[in-house]
Amino acid sequence: MLRLITRRLIFAVVTLWVVSIVVFSAIELLPGDACQAFLGQMAQGKRLENCRVEHDLNAPAYARYSKWAIGLASGDLGKSIKRSKPLEEIIGPRFRNTVILGLTAALVGIPLAIVLGALAALYRDRRADLWISFIAIFCMTVPEFIIGTLLISFFSVWLGWLPGIVIMRADAPLLDVLSKIVLPVMTLTLVMVAHIMRMVRTSMIDVLASDFVMMSQLKGVSRLRQVVMHALPNALLPTINLIALNIAWLMGGVLVVEVVFNYPGIGRLSVNAISDRDFPLVQAIALLMASLYVALNLIADLLALVLNPKLRTRGAKV
Amino acid sequence: MSSAPAMLKGVMATRSGKIGVVLVGFHLLLALMSPWLVPYDFAAQTALVDHAGPSLAHWAGLDTLGRDVLTRTMLGGREALLVTIFGTGLAVVWGSFFGVLAGYLGGRIDELIMRSVDIFLAIPWMIFLLLVIASFGNAPIVMILTLGFFYGIGVVRMARAATLEVVVKDYVLAAKARGESPLSIMMTEILPNVRDVLMVESAMRWSWMLLAFSALSFLGFGVTPPTPDWGLMIANSRIYLALAPWPVLMPMIALSSLIIGINLTADALAKSLGVDKTTRALV
Repeated sequence: MLRLITRRLIFAVVTLWVVSIVVFSAIELLPGDACQAFLGQMAQGKRLENCRVEHDLNAPAYARYSKWAIGLASGDLGKSIKRSKPLEEIIGPRFRNTVILGLTAALVGIPLAIVLGALAALYRDRRADLWISFIAIFCMTVPEFIIGTLLISFFSVWLGWLPGIVIMRADAPLLDVLSKIVLPVMTLTLVMVAHIMRMVRTSMIDVLASDFVMMSQLKGVSRLRQVVMHALPNALLPTINLIALNIAWLMGGVLVVEVVFNYPGIGRLSVNAISDRDFPLVQAIALLMASLYVALNLIADLLALVLNPKLRTRGAKV
Repeated sequence: MSSAPAMLKGVMATRSGKIGVVLVGFHLLLALMSPWLVPYDFAAQTALVDHAGPSLAHWAGLDTLGRDVLTRTMLGGREALLVTIFGTGLAVVWGSFFGVLAGYLGGRIDELIMRSVDIFLAIPWMIFLLLVIASFGNAPIVMILTLGFFYGIGVVRMARAATLEVVVKDYVLAAKARGESPLSIMMTEILPNVRDVLMVESAMRWSWMLLAFSALSFLGFGVTPPTPDWGLMIANSRIYLALAPWPVLMPMIALSSLIIGINLTADALAKSLGVDKTTRALV
């Protein structure tokens, strides 16, 4: 068990290391360097040279990479080309906002998805299931920005209950953030619930048909206990890893949702950074998102390890 | 294994499959024919009446710049379909190549391919797409290559899983015993038997890629104005929603109906081919 965990940890570190190389070289491979990209038409003569000196672009690629990587390891994200503040101060509050958004959506969405998925499986092919599945398919297939726009038109244009876009400083206090994220969270939750609910439903149907659930029925266990104590834990196991894998997709969704609602998170920041061609900032955000993904997957793996005794044996592979 | 007409028949056997095929067929036909069908020039502006509602002359009204919404909606899916159809094709081809290779050869090569897949999954693909488009422009070929690359990563996992189920079958063992080359075993024994899974997966992936493309064009990275595109139309007219819902609603309906159509078709295809949709991960 300990060996397995160490193995996973080492692999997570290696993943991040390789991702940092990929991110760095991808930006190297783009036409022009960071200064040329940022300065555009004005990229010539003294101005270009000054920018290159300031951002240390005259050094060879491997030297710049190792400097960047060592900086990252010690918490120094690098220096923005366009923005004068240090990157930590730009990214920090926005990263917090994105985490708040994602975490709130997950806290609301995951339990809801599990309940709905279990219900849909229990009432399989009956009316409740058909309705739940129909709405889920709608939320899965319709793009986030359409769902967001529909929610805005319903809740803010038509009913006038909630503000349609988020207007706040990136470093607003926590309570302020929470009071303003109802619609973005709702959008994200709808999409997330739809995906996870479908997974729970499928694995729940499999589990409900398995021998041990039938056995518990023969023993006279009540239906509620049978579902909650016997079937659900086993149905959740295969779902955990799928949720973690889907997080990559959902992070793309967060980016769009942030733009739709004008929410000051790292998704919108990354779009702005790309529009400004602020490559050091893009680089830092890409790596930050990759770390988030790796961390969440690691947690999911460990959770699966805790929940599934079969994986704890010596030879087992995660 | 079944032929294309048989597959279509299987899909059409269910009601939702029928709806799906009709929706997808309608959109494909429209994309091919729309340049000859549209009532107006997509960039022509009727200067006096912007944001006008539906009328006899303009069935779906006019947008912010006084352009005919119906015309733009009819044309708005062409680039999306072009990019995603070729992008999906590319993703499925390279993804299944490496997936089958990993699944069949196993051992070190399998380990190498799958660990690389794990690493590439960690890369925030949306940022990368935006970055590539910002640097190389949004020509269809750029979009096809980048979308095709990122969406192929998930195909590798799926093709490998399908291959692993097939390699242990007797006919593969028999082919090995006959001394056939690995290449011929992969092409003649394995590929035909994972084809059904690949078909269903490509249909699903097509719809996800459409979602990604529409998100890109919503963010302003998909097509260059004044080319009409659903995602961009929604982005541009969204703020006037209360004032003029038509320029937003029309592309919304068009885009959603296409994606729902693809999903219904994929579900029906999975059911009729007896493929359990094993990969429910959206990667």
